[in-house]
Amino acid sequence: MHHATIDRWSRGQSAIHRLDARAKILSLLIVLIAVGTAPTAGIWRTGAGFGALAVASASLARLPLVGVFTRSLAVLPFSLTFAVIVYVTGDAYQASALLIKSYISASFVLLLVSTTPLPHLLRGLERLGFPAMLVLVIQYLYRYLFVVSREAQHMRTAAISRGFQRAGFRVAAGAVATLFARSYHRAEGIHRAMIARGFERHIPILAAERLRLSDGLLVLLTLGIAVIIRTGAMR
Amino acid sequence: MKPLIQARQLRYRYPDGTLALDAVDFDLFPGETVAIFGANGSGKTTFVLHLNGLLQGEGSLLVCGKPVVRENLAEVRRKIGIVFQDPDEQLFMPTVLEDVAFGPRNSGLGPEEAEQRALAAMKKVAMSDARDKAPYHLSAGEKRRAAIAGVLAMDPEILVLDEPTTFLDPPGQRELVQLLRALPQAKLIVTHDVAFARAVATRAVFFLHGTVAGSGPVDAIIQQFQWDIQLGPA
Amino acid sequence: MHIPDGFLSTPVWVALDVASLPAVGYVARRAGSKLEESRVPLLGVMGAFVFAAQMINFPVGAGTSGHLVGGALLSIALGPKAAIVVMTAILFVQALVFQDGGILALGANIMNMAVAGVLAGWLPYQLWGGGRFRSAAIVAAGTLSVLVSASLAVSELLVSGVSMSSSVLGLSFALFLVSALIEGFITLAVVKGIESINPSWIQKPATAAPAVRALTASSVVLAGVGVLFASGAPDGLEHLSEAIGIAGRQYTLLPTPLADYELEGVSSEWLRRAAAGLIGLALMFGLCRLLAKGIVNRRS
Repeated sequence: MHHATIDRWSRGQSAIHRLDARAKILSLLIVLIAVGTAPTAGIWRTGAGFGALAVASASLARLPLVGVFTRSLAVLPFSLTFAVIVYVTGDAYQASALLIKSYISASFVLLLVSTTPLPHLLRGLERLGFPAMLVLVIQYLYRYLFVVSREAQHMRTAAISRGFQRAGFRVAAGAVATLFARSYHRAEGIHRAMIARGFERHIPILAAERLRLSDGLLVLLTLGIAVIIRTGAMR
Repeated sequence: MKPLIQARQLRYRYPDGTLALDAVDFDLFPGETVAIFGANGSGKTTFVLHLNGLLQGEGSLLVCGKPVVRENLAEVRRKIGIVFQDPDEQLFMPTVLEDVAFGPRNSGLGPEEAEQRALAAMKKVAMSDARDKAPYHLSAGEKRRAAIAGVLAMDPEILVLDEPTTFLDPPGQRELVQLLRALPQAKLIVTHDVAFARAVATRAVFFLHGTVAGSGPVDAIIQQFQWDIQLGPA
Repeated sequence: MHIPDGFLSTPVWVALDVASLPAVGYVARRAGSKLEESRVPLLGVMGAFVFAAQMINFPVGAGTSGHLVGGALLSIALGPKAAIVVMTAILFVQALVFQDGGILALGANIMNMAVAGVLAGWLPYQLWGGGRFRSAAIVAAGTLSVLVSASLAVSELLVSGVSMSSSVLGLSFALFLVSALIEGFITLAVVKGIESINPSWIQKPATAAPAVRALTASSVVLAGVGVLFASGAPDGLEHLSEAIGIAGRQYTLLPTPLADYELEGVSSEWLRRAAAGLIGLALMFGLCRLLAKGIVNRRS
């Protein structure tokens, strides 16, 4: 499963993995804005510059390069469709700009989640002022994503082994309804287990990490590199 | 000796009208490990849900001398730790450490103190290495031990385990027996696993149609209610 | 229709981020009675459920299959506020972990799918879900939910200057309509399935006052017309901006020569698109506030 692989990568031990999630989130935003606002003119140079930065960061994080950059292709179904539409409409240059921008942006997002376990990422978001309620829902969603999708797979296996090669519309609807029912019961079970351990209103979290000098350096460095690539590409 | 749990004429009817508990009398004394046997639907889990007030029926129920009523719920829930059957429902936090610290944090301890408590509990169940692991990276046996740690971290006087051997392979079951034998708390274990009950329990009670139909030594209860597979070799 | 980063022009994604994130934060924070943290497990698990449900294929004939999108189903089962929070959480995980949708574009995707998609899926059910046309209302809920999300996404792309010829637009609308109808029928089948297991899991539509019904119905029609107008006729946006006196010069959707675009074109065109985007947003926001008012009044 895709998310299982990302999850494994995110628990690596490189210097980049050890940086604070907040610093990495801010750096990602800097890069995304630099890429997103880049003018169409010189997009190939901008793309090359940020592409090189992505490759360098991935190697620094000791991530499998091929794996990271093929997984970023997940953005293509949308990008390619619209790039083709734009190309057919007659703007080849804009089409390539869209492809380059979206692919580079996606690889940097993948770099963030491959070097930061999602729980840390969420805590970072919360510290940066994200609504706590939303962060908690995302946290539970991610926790039970593994559990519920395994259940869905088991149901599919069971259906196939009873001879449903291609389930009909009704069978599929029944399966989704059953999945809903199980999820509902599971949520009740979780809530019960929380109450049994003293939950009343608020879900507690553990101590905050302190920001270190290296975290600040990362943000400054990213900012510097982004400015250099952008001005270099303008020339 | 005063019982840790004392139920008298406990009665509970589900909203749909089913009588789930019908005049349950039950005592758990310090140092005991009691196995609860009974068919599916005989009221075992319903009884467990009463012990910390998740369900509230008629009759009287005292936990550590306190009636299980709204004003006492926070205290009762600290004294009685329930490990539910599905560890995926029990381990809801992103990492083992955060999960084990959930109870202590709720009981009002600060983050550092809660973390110390959690680490100590994880040591008791030999899970110290798993502190930053996500629950879905654990084996079934590890999940079970992490769930027990989450309850131990609240320093309860009573441990309640609902079907603790579910999903465990024989080595996992053996580890669990060793762990439970080493824990000093009084224990209440709902189980269908007769061999497991023989290995850990000092006494057994049998639930039948929502009431306690028998109580005594584990083997005697198994005999009395023919609660074994009881077939010769195939 | 998860828009990746790099497709939206800066004013569009900035405006939508600025609008969506606080809006969702507001929905998540207020509603203290219904959305307190004891609902977190349910909302989180329901998010995981939608993810997993998308693995289940629905054959729709001609050898193709569709899958559940979920906005309408969630709003029917959990109510609109909870559904907005759950859909937002789903979009976050999709953007972060699955590279499905961008990060800067999250505001846009949240506005399209979590806010507009959920409200569009909730209104038909709320208005007609209690009466004789209940099944039709549920189909309409699923259909509208997908159609509104997709239309908004396309208009945002157009406003951002992504060039699309009108024939392509026509074709894509035909495709949207088909997939929207599929979502409608999937939603109906799943709602029926859930009700046969436990009817209390599906929210009962409230009985609305006639005035509220009329208001919401007319705003739906207005929004629908507006969206169709904006995306089906890309010139419409231009006319709109001209009409309110921002547009200074002739401009075509097909790209101007690059030099022109870079030098003198930038400021005015940029401003014009920004203005159009912002106006559209202000309208959307006003509409949402109006709807929210109506909902709150009815609840209390």
